[in-house]
Amino acid sequence: MCGIVGFSCRTDRYLHALGELFVPMLDALATRGPDSAGIALYSNRVPGPGWKYSLRAPRSGRPWADVAAALGKATDKAVELQQRGPDALVITEMGVDELRGVLVEVEPSATIFGFGRAMEVFKSVGSARAVCDTYEVGTRPGYQVVGHTRMATESAVTIAHSHPFCPSADLALVHNGSFSNYATIRRELEDEGVCCETDNDSEVAARFVSVEMSAGATLEEALRAVLKRFDGFFTLLVATEREFAIVRDSFACKPMVVAETADYVAVGSEFVALAELPGIDDACVFEPAPEEVYSWTTSL
Amino acid sequence: MNERLRALPSGSHVTVTHPAGRHNLVVGIPKHLKVTVDGSAGYFIGGLCDGPEITVQGFVGWSVGENLMSGCVKVQGNASECVGASAHGGTVVIEGDASARVGISLKGGTVAVAGDVGHMSGFMAQAGTILVGGDAGAFLGDSLYEAVIYVAGKVRSLGSDARIEDLTQADVHAVSQLVKITGFDHISAEDVVRVASAKELYNFDALKGTQY
Repeated sequence: MCGIVGFSCRTDRYLHALGELFVPMLDALATRGPDSAGIALYSNRVPGPGWKYSLRAPRSGRPWADVAAALGKATDKAVELQQRGPDALVITEMGVDELRGVLVEVEPSATIFGFGRAMEVFKSVGSARAVCDTYEVGTRPGYQVVGHTRMATESAVTIAHSHPFCPSADLALVHNGSFSNYATIRRELEDEGVCCETDNDSEVAARFVSVEMSAGATLEEALRAVLKRFDGFFTLLVATEREFAIVRDSFACKPMVVAETADYVAVGSEFVALAELPGIDDACVFEPAPEEVYSWTTSL
Repeated sequence: MNERLRALPSGSHVTVTHPAGRHNLVVGIPKHLKVTVDGSAGYFIGGLCDGPEITVQGFVGWSVGENLMSGCVKVQGNASECVGASAHGGTVVIEGDASARVGISLKGGTVAVAGDVGHMSGFMAQAGTILVGGDAGAFLGDSLYEAVIYVAGKVRSLGSDARIEDLTQADVHAVSQLVKITGFDHISAEDVVRVASAKELYNFDALKGTQY
């Protein structure tokens, strides 16, 4: 069991209150996943060529200001630092390969949770409420958010194994279920030069979607490819900078409820996650069908 | 709350406010109560009941009316999976659409859905009636026993051992009665499709192996 929640704004009505609406949604599903929690939140895009990098705190305990200064010195590029709990958001024009290369040099234990123009990633072990408090998620504005509460079945309970998995720019994937052929697919991806950072089954799906999309597939096409290639139980919620999509396996064993209003699309493993949303009594509420990709595009 | 409902005298009228999607509401009520649930509910609402008349003014999660013995559960919105699972008696009415496995292992109850139903509806249903006002998803009536399914719309595909049979006068009468009870006026009793068991899985066929 795990919990999945997501919220995507269709109008600007709830932009300012996204975090405030989202925290009770994630907390309502804490019982489905008490091990760890994670959030990918989409807000103010940085103008290109800048990128937002969500970085995990160095295990060495080295202060962030020191790390940021070392990054700037090594590359001669501006590095803007925003500390969030133990972790940090770094805004810089460095590309992901460049930053990863420099991090190995200056602070290898500060790994990248995710990056993009809009997306910020927060994740940790512990309860949904504790993780949201640590990163002050409740006070954050934004136009889209996905979240996950994890009950580990396939791999260890660590920060690195927590969802969401965000292997490419602005892509976030959360998963409820368990894949059965993920080791085979991981070997195939490795043959193509795509390596996972953990032994988690959901990370393989995130890398697979990322590879499909970098080869030109739309998010919908990439999720259809997941349906063809992956065996097992899954309900997936995947977001990109402008899209928000769900897909369920052919048996639809893992739950999902969708609520649509003129102002938002909200999804949750159980209705209880949606119960306190404004306008929910007038929302169109339904359970998505198996083997169908539901996707929404935001113009915000 | 369920304990307090059980303690009420038979015939009482109750409103459950702010259900907020909670699970196991109005479960195990062995008497006639009139219960209105003012909003959307979670899993198993109306389960294990024997007698109450429950109206849910919203959406319901998995297994509404699970193992219902008698009484009625009416849902004014859409429903998740396993509507009326294993219900022995009574009626479960969904005024919207329902997801997968409607009436799974039905044991004598009646399940009526105004809209569409998801895949594997009627799976291993042993007795009772399922009425679908819209379309039915894939593998309808897989491994059916004696339950009968009526579909007003299209059937995406039939499951193992399910077949479409001719509609009898008794079927038309039964569907007419259900339309009257549920108020599903969009269903024309003469135009539904009857799906029942071909009964070919009832007995082991010793010669089946020779077909390969």
